[in-house]
Amino acid sequence: MTNPKGRFGIYGGQYIPETLMNAVIELEAAYEHYKNDPEFQAELSALFNDYAGRPSRLYYAEKMTKDLGGAKIYLKREDLNHTGAHKINNVLGQALLAKKMGKTRLIAETGAGQHGVATATAAALMGMECVVFMGEEDTKRQALNVYRMRLLGADVIPVKSGTATLKDAVSEAMREWTSRIDDTHYCLGSVMGPHPFPTIVRDFQAVISREIKEQMLEKEGRLPDAVLACVGGGSNAIGSFYHFINDPEVRLIGCEAAGRGIKTFETAATINTGRVGIFHGMKSYFCQDDYGQIAPVYSISAGLDYPGIGPEHAWLHDTGRAEYAAVTDEEAVCAFEYLAKMEGIIPAIESAHAVAHALKIAPKMERNRIMVITISGRGDKDCAAIARYRGEDINE
Amino acid sequence: MNKIASAFASGKAFIPFITCGDPDLETTKACIREMVSNGAGLIELGIPFSDPTAEGPVIQGANIRALASGTTTDKIFEMVTELRKEINTPMVFMTYANVVYSYGSERFLAACARVGIDGLILPDLPYEEKEEFLPVCRKYGVNLISLIAPTSAGRIAQIAKEAEGFIYLVSSLGVTGTRSEITTDLGSIVKVVRENSAVPCAIGFGISTPEQAAKMAAISDGAIVGSAIIKILARYGTDAPPYVGQFVKSMKQAINGLHLPAAG
Repeated sequence: MTNPKGRFGIYGGQYIPETLMNAVIELEAAYEHYKNDPEFQAELSALFNDYAGRPSRLYYAEKMTKDLGGAKIYLKREDLNHTGAHKINNVLGQALLAKKMGKTRLIAETGAGQHGVATATAAALMGMECVVFMGEEDTKRQALNVYRMRLLGADVIPVKSGTATLKDAVSEAMREWTSRIDDTHYCLGSVMGPHPFPTIVRDFQAVISREIKEQMLEKEGRLPDAVLACVGGGSNAIGSFYHFINDPEVRLIGCEAAGRGIKTFETAATINTGRVGIFHGMKSYFCQDDYGQIAPVYSISAGLDYPGIGPEHAWLHDTGRAEYAAVTDEEAVCAFEYLAKMEGIIPAIESAHAVAHALKIAPKMERNRIMVITISGRGDKDCAAIARYRGEDINE
Repeated sequence: MNKIASAFASGKAFIPFITCGDPDLETTKACIREMVSNGAGLIELGIPFSDPTAEGPVIQGANIRALASGTTTDKIFEMVTELRKEINTPMVFMTYANVVYSYGSERFLAACARVGIDGLILPDLPYEEKEEFLPVCRKYGVNLISLIAPTSAGRIAQIAKEAEGFIYLVSSLGVTGTRSEITTDLGSIVKVVRENSAVPCAIGFGISTPEQAAKMAAISDGAIVGSAIIKILARYGTDAPPYVGQFVKSMKQAINGLHLPAAG
């Protein structure tokens, strides 16, 4: 699926400054070596199982299923992982790889703070230095996660440039990496950026769909009819889709953040509103103006508030293998509240975008159909922001 | 001789950079005239981009100011058309891959050729990806400039062999911006470049004083200066052109060894 230059169809590539080229070449060589190294894989499995709490549960949401009256709904509970989101899967993999490469320092970007917290966690565990770049706007929206990162020993650097959100945090982490390569690994948080990141991150997140497949065969004796996941950069979605890509009977549905709606400028729905471009090291879809200036995107969810999407998703979209639906802030907030009341599970506002789309399509599906929704993270971090959205000011 | 080569034909070249439209295109035009009359050998024109990932805070600021003033790629093409009526000095564009790709690579390069742009520098286009734009650059006779960095070990010969126009040697790690000291062993990189290429090699990133420019030009074919000029624009705004002219003059004199002031 990936050609030697890290392409997914026309997407992907390595559009980065020359200064970083040897660093990504070194990373690719190290990854090619360790991904087939049984010792590395055994160490990573041990970390996944004993530290992160894998495998994550595949839970039959019986009440929700009955309430919607359509497809049988399962929730893939990535929110139950250590640090509360799927981000830990990728981070444990990359931190272990960085350590094998002799790196002593991890840098990362973060939006909602989940990837930053996961990176700070792995750095603490492995005795590495950690610096996290976070848009200043996001440090306000996600103050609790800023505290968590600092508690874990990381330096959190608020990024003031541009829109002071996730894309600016990525730009700043890339700038930092160009100035300090020898001892530093850039622990990219999603299936984006220059090759080999989209492939490395996908492979570490693919544990999600591997488990869904095994668990589903065990519980139902067959594959699901649809898999839903939210998409910002797209790491939990590609992780949820990957082992089903060659099973055409399984519908793969990514749920983008439409913000205030795809007809407005306040949106982050890249596939639904963007066009092909080159940014942050990759060719993919981006929200941009007529002259290629990257759009200042918006979503209530800091984790989906990104103007691009991973190159493999761009390719899955073009080939028609996956569908990408747009979900507004309002729909996501309603789904956030729905899942809390219906199943006693508070999803991350990011994951609530996938739940919201399920609320629309599950009732239209027959009762013998099976749907899996990946709950990519837990929603504790979002409670204050959702309360504010509903006009209630609570003190964190 | 192609036009870019002519910039290096009579001694060391001083190559100033300016972000077009910072704070407006009239000021940019006036600055370019000052640069030319004070000895600039080649001029690097930045087309602003919303997210310039290879730039430090100074040039990021220029990009923001330029976009805020309504600068677009089309308005910059118009500006170059007007300047070309009076100015013959080689000019190259410096921008990001998406600005070219989004405009339509063919349409962008055709316009470059039409208005008289001689080269294109894309800091987010490494050797591995140059096929994205090289064929269309060749078609329109615009040189796609190659960059070499302090971390290019093992890649220098390969890049240099296929380079055209001039080679942009990045002086130090990190993003653009002024540095008090440049510690990379640039001499040994230039040596490998010379063994593999006949095109001129100019050094940029971090050069702000006449003394630094003289040092860099002494070991190469020219010095590229951006952030120090942008700082003048940030300070003086629309009054900047004469100050830019003075600065270019002092840098040009320094690299020609006519006048070597103390480090300032």
